[in-house]
Amino acid sequence: MSDGSMTIGAAVAPTGTMRRTLPAHGSRRTHAAYALVTPAAALMLVMLLGPLAGVIALSFTDYQLGAPHISWIGLANYQDLFADKVFWTALRNTLTYVVIVVPGAVIAGLAIALLIQSGTSLRSLYRTIYFLPVMATLIAMAVVWEFMLHPQFGLVNGLLRSAGLPAFAWLQDRSTALYALCAIGIWQAVGFNMVLFLAGLVSIPKQLYEAAEIDGASSGWARFRLVTWPMLGPVTTFVVVISGIRSFQVFDTVHVLTKGGPSKSTEVLIHTMYTEGFEFFRSGYAAAITVVFLVFVLALTLIKSRLADRGVHYT
Amino acid sequence: MAQIELSAISKSFDGADVLKGIDFRIGDGEFISLVGPSGCGKSTLLRIIAGLEPQDSGEVHIDGRPVDGIRPSARNLAMVFQSYALYPHLSTFDNIAVPLRMRRLSAIERLPLLGALLPSRRAKERHIRADIEGIAEQLDITPLLRRKPGQLSGGQRQRVAVGRAMVREPRAFLFDEPLSNLDAKLRVHMRAELAELHRRLKATFVYVTHDQAEAMTMSSRIAVMMGGELIQAGTPAEIYNEPGDIRVAEFIGSPKINILPGRIRKDGGVDVLGTTLKLTCNAAAGDCRIGIRPERIELGTGPFSGTVVHLENLGAEAFVHLAVEGTGSRLIARLADVRHLPAMASLVAFGFAPDAVRLFDPAGKRIELRAEQAERIREPAHV
Repeated sequence: MSDGSMTIGAAVAPTGTMRRTLPAHGSRRTHAAYALVTPAAALMLVMLLGPLAGVIALSFTDYQLGAPHISWIGLANYQDLFADKVFWTALRNTLTYVVIVVPGAVIAGLAIALLIQSGTSLRSLYRTIYFLPVMATLIAMAVVWEFMLHPQFGLVNGLLRSAGLPAFAWLQDRSTALYALCAIGIWQAVGFNMVLFLAGLVSIPKQLYEAAEIDGASSGWARFRLVTWPMLGPVTTFVVVISGIRSFQVFDTVHVLTKGGPSKSTEVLIHTMYTEGFEFFRSGYAAAITVVFLVFVLALTLIKSRLADRGVHYT
Repeated sequence: MAQIELSAISKSFDGADVLKGIDFRIGDGEFISLVGPSGCGKSTLLRIIAGLEPQDSGEVHIDGRPVDGIRPSARNLAMVFQSYALYPHLSTFDNIAVPLRMRRLSAIERLPLLGALLPSRRAKERHIRADIEGIAEQLDITPLLRRKPGQLSGGQRQRVAVGRAMVREPRAFLFDEPLSNLDAKLRVHMRAELAELHRRLKATFVYVTHDQAEAMTMSSRIAVMMGGELIQAGTPAEIYNEPGDIRVAEFIGSPKINILPGRIRKDGGVDVLGTTLKLTCNAAAGDCRIGIRPERIELGTGPFSGTVVHLENLGAEAFVHLAVEGTGSRLIARLADVRHLPAMASLVAFGFAPDAVRLFDPAGKRIELRAEQAERIREPAHV
């Protein structure tokens, strides 16, 4: 409502200005500018910054979902958090997941994009096939993966056995569960990265490759180093950051397939947060985990904007 | 420095013949312009010489050796592209260094971090630096060496592209419309620079352009291509004065050559616009076309007359557009003396010397005048 009245005030303003002296004109314009900015700023405050501030504030309280009392407990949540072994396990698992999934999904995405780009036929077919995992619901796909990785009648173990190799209880074994989830994570992210890389590849001028060839870059690797890789720089930065943020957010496969087990070997940050917040209703504590999570994501975003500012001159 | 020989080069894209059996020989140290309207196949021919495009049939020889099936990188030719094709992420220095690093450094020495530590690489880099500084000096781009292509103007990028081509002393230089992205003033300037560069390097230049002015001003020989065929090759003066085909006559020269309808009589005489010209030819009787360059039309005297419909005064010269009865198109005459221009809409008499006449048959092929005529028409006499 206040937005509406401000806008009307701004619209009426011109008649008022007539009687005023000239210097006042500047401040009038400023009022109008503020009036125009207000709706967007208010929306941003309510929808984006408000919840963030709320979460940060909540992390300093002992609030429990549905509890009648709330009191300020300062950094106690964080002290508990940093003293909690589960948190450190979750953090370590999340970082391991990111460190495996990001390079895997980026390199595989780039490789597939290069293969599709250099192919002559069936390009759109391959593109669609590799993009399928992105379009599919991950929860549903996770169920399919559960069958594939099943110790007795799963496809993966079936293949291993037919090749004479030992089978694993992939998701039930502490030593393999996290890596199985990493594989699913890569499988899911590759298609998205591929599409971004394909868009980047298409925009590289063909003449650069011809110039490289004339200049003596006869091998495919030399042309990749000289033209493709540097020209894909901005796309690669974007893909790495997006993959990084999405890997930090890993939750659905964990929740459906392992619930963080066996014995916390696949416990990840968001899953810990979910358990604490929605199973144990410790909202304040969950908020503290969220803040830690946000710090990592923010760091990634800052790295990206640093790299983007480094000034790569593309004409 | 190299000779390039093309024999029976053919190429088609999706069933459309782009090149229809090109035979051509480019001499050592020549500046050859391949000129023709867009779509005539000149760029494709250049790309076949470079090896960027394989021909369907025919052979390319460089210095007597066939190069078909040899990669572009192994042909040791340099190419300057229309878009310059500079690597946008590399500085001017690194752009020019690319061909040298690709050739002089081994794959291990080129590795990003490890390679820089090798002592052999450091020695080679010193040589490369010296070479590039020499080239930069010659092209006057020393202050630009640290800049990236995005920070350079069109003319500067052009020079960097030429520098990248020059630095490894290739067997021949190939230019694919390198000036067409520049503004008119800079183009004229770069024209002179390129011609001078050719004189200095004495290398073989193959230059593709659709701009006949570039071809006329720079080349030692011009090859005119139309519709996938090489119609005529010769020095700029030959191409201008003795076109073998009406399409060549019309393409070269600005403003365009005037074409008048004519008729060859049984005795070999030629009638045009109701007047008999003082010349004879050996061709069979029938229709023909007569080409006269604008500067060969003399206003004020002569058996023909036309109405002035348009005047273009360029200061140093002027073009008078005449509407002549009996011709569909207008005639253009070039006047060297702009102080005495005819009035608009006035009726002007005009004529031309017999040796200004170029005869073409209905198919567009040149008809030679009779030999004895040639002697007589040397003396300027009005028909």
